[in-house]
Amino acid sequence: MTRKGKRITVIAGGAMFLTAAASLTVYALGQRASYFFMPTELQAAQLDPGQRIRLGGLVETGTIKHGASTDVFFSVTDNERSVPVSFHGILPDLFREGQGVITEGTLGADGVFVADSVLAKHDETYMPKEVADGLKAKGVWKAE
Amino acid sequence: MSVEAGHFALVLAFALALIQSTVPLLGTRWNDRRMMAASGPVAITGFVLTLIAFAALTLAYAQSDFSLQNVYENSHSLKPMIFKLSGVWGNHEGSMLLWVLILTLFGAAVAAFGENLPPSLKANVLAVQGMIGAAFFLFILVTSNPFARLDPAPIEGQDLNPVLQDIGLAIHPPLLYLGYVGFSVCFSFAVAALIEGRIDAAWARWVRPWTLAAWVFLTGGIAMGSYWAYYELGWGGFWFWDPVENASFMPWLAGTALLHSALVMEKRSALKVWTILLAILTFSLSLLGTFLVRSGVLTSVHAFATDPTRGVFILGILSVFVGGSLALFAFRASALTTGGLFHPISREGSLVLNNLFLTTATATVLIGTLYPLALEAVTGTKISVGAPFFNLTFGLIIFPLLLLVPFGTMLAWKRGDALAAAQRLLGAAALALGAMLVTGLVSEPRSIFAVVGIGIGVWLLAGVATDLALRAGLPRAGFGTALHRVAGLPRSAIGTMLAHAGLGVTVLGLVGALAFGREAVVAVKPGEQVAVGAYTMRFEGLSSEPGPNFSSRIARFSLLDAAGSPHATIASAKRFYPVRRMPTTEAGIRTMWLGQLYVSIGEERADGALVVHAWWKPLVTLIWGGALLMMAGGTLSLLDRRLRVGAPSRRARPVAAPVPAE
Repeated sequence: MTRKGKRITVIAGGAMFLTAAASLTVYALGQRASYFFMPTELQAAQLDPGQRIRLGGLVETGTIKHGASTDVFFSVTDNERSVPVSFHGILPDLFREGQGVITEGTLGADGVFVADSVLAKHDETYMPKEVADGLKAKGVWKAE
Repeated sequence: MSVEAGHFALVLAFALALIQSTVPLLGTRWNDRRMMAASGPVAITGFVLTLIAFAALTLAYAQSDFSLQNVYENSHSLKPMIFKLSGVWGNHEGSMLLWVLILTLFGAAVAAFGENLPPSLKANVLAVQGMIGAAFFLFILVTSNPFARLDPAPIEGQDLNPVLQDIGLAIHPPLLYLGYVGFSVCFSFAVAALIEGRIDAAWARWVRPWTLAAWVFLTGGIAMGSYWAYYELGWGGFWFWDPVENASFMPWLAGTALLHSALVMEKRSALKVWTILLAILTFSLSLLGTFLVRSGVLTSVHAFATDPTRGVFILGILSVFVGGSLALFAFRASALTTGGLFHPISREGSLVLNNLFLTTATATVLIGTLYPLALEAVTGTKISVGAPFFNLTFGLIIFPLLLLVPFGTMLAWKRGDALAAAQRLLGAAALALGAMLVTGLVSEPRSIFAVVGIGIGVWLLAGVATDLALRAGLPRAGFGTALHRVAGLPRSAIGTMLAHAGLGVTVLGLVGALAFGREAVVAVKPGEQVAVGAYTMRFEGLSSEPGPNFSSRIARFSLLDAAGSPHATIASAKRFYPVRRMPTTEAGIRTMWLGQLYVSIGEERADGALVVHAWWKPLVTLIWGGALLMMAGGTLSLLDRRLRVGAPSRRARPVAAPVPAE
């Protein structure tokens, strides 16, 4: 191969690699990023079966129930609609009624959101930002 | 009084930084040796002044001086002394002060150890270092003054976030900053080279030790942070692809690329322009990390918009330094002479590939970290880009790089022989394939990730072993000769092997913990058992115990042997910090061989049962063990005579064993 030919091969190889990496990134952003919903928005959302999403809102007062073993059931609300959630495992330290919470998982056909992770706020003053924004938009946000 | 002295010292340090960023620079313009020489003493004095400011704040924390707003908001008189001291950098203002302290420390180190640098290069490097310092001193004084007073002084403080009251906070941020900010020296060298329009192999020899030192610290900082999150958060995970974590991981990836490209530049005078660009990019990513963490933009895009001073200020610093250096690069890079040519299949070629993969991986992490912020700012749509995205993209991009590592080290400089390298690695490949086969047959559950991961880990380790054996002349040379030869290998060669072996060890740890881990979530009453993996624990009961500034509920578990009798205890606790009204979880961890049994407790239920989440994580300690090996390798390379500035001018010591030609 001539020197020019070699150089073209090297550049073409690099360009192909970068193109592959870029397409991979774009694909993964489309497929692997999870969208955030408040309960009211979830009602109107078009979801693929089994699509992972994040659901945020307040833990509705009086809805926390412990099932068999370590199952926990509660509802997430935005004071307009509420969505029942089931979870299996340890709830975060700051999980309480009336507190902001983000759950991640999939929405079942029966309308129950099956969460595999639950995030509560990290300290007394911090509210998950998506939840705070969502509640502000609904006009039910009360500054603490 | 000491507080005012500290405040004054900080203002003086800012003034000195202004002098440091102008006088030496003008000195190089006017060819005035005295102006250039001023850079050294000014840099050292600036460091001493910053140290005084830092000491004053530390003293205020030690004495619980709540007349300082910063101490009032982040400390408490009952807090143990170690956490009072580490609390100095457990908040925004204090951590920025630590940032500039380390920045001036590196400047002073260049001034002190750079006696053999050409005077104009040293002047320019310290001038750039001074500019960065001036910007951040101004930032601290204007927006984040740690010395602001409260009048009247409160009687008691608000305490530090309990999660931060841990020995991890004492070690993690300083290490991380030593790494982050250490790359500022590489940046300053790069900009100085662009200002002078001159760059040679000696430049790379001066830059490499700083890159290595920063890299070693950053490796330690990231590993320490990962272990801290692992045991403190109680979630059993060690890496969450959180934006804050990514902010430190990106400079590490770019810094790793820089280490390798500087090697090519030093040995072969090639890749000059690219190395300069990488040095600029690495520190730019450090600045970006500082911006992401310190501006509040991660808590909320809108929080950044409502309280804009800090965010806008750091964004300004970021744009000036990144934009300015890149503009300078665009104007001057073409003036730099390009160096030696090489064949694509050669050590240089493999290092170029290394750089291609590492920078692409960095770009993926960057996109994944910034995309949600950009999308929310532009369209208002909220998405989260987490582990599923990063595992796919980063994993697929880094995989071929890991495969290529042993090949690269086998290739000769200038023109390598791919076939010969492959032949030498036949044994290593056989070993890796064997390990994959065994994993595929024995492991349960069987997964492609486990098989490939174990293969990669063994391949990396076997590659290092092959390299070592070949350099020792095995199998032809006798064992005694081989030992002699190994002892005579340059430290940097051993360092490379250690670092690459560390990579293999970390991969094995990741696979062990992720693919072979077991977990169990159960609700148990005292006397009942928890089974996870091959282990069985008995829950012995709960007890309440007071701590210095918290109360805790401790759950004790006995580890049962095959006969059902207890032979060890694991204690896991929930702590409650009354000042902040905040509970934390203290995981119970027992290390067995290389794996760990990890127990985290949840709420006590009305029926008296306790929710327990237990994990068995085989090989998990290797994740951090590998990082320690990488640090050891980097440190050993740093001690190599060749890298010591000025070493060639001294007479070489008599060498005990004859050093074989490489």
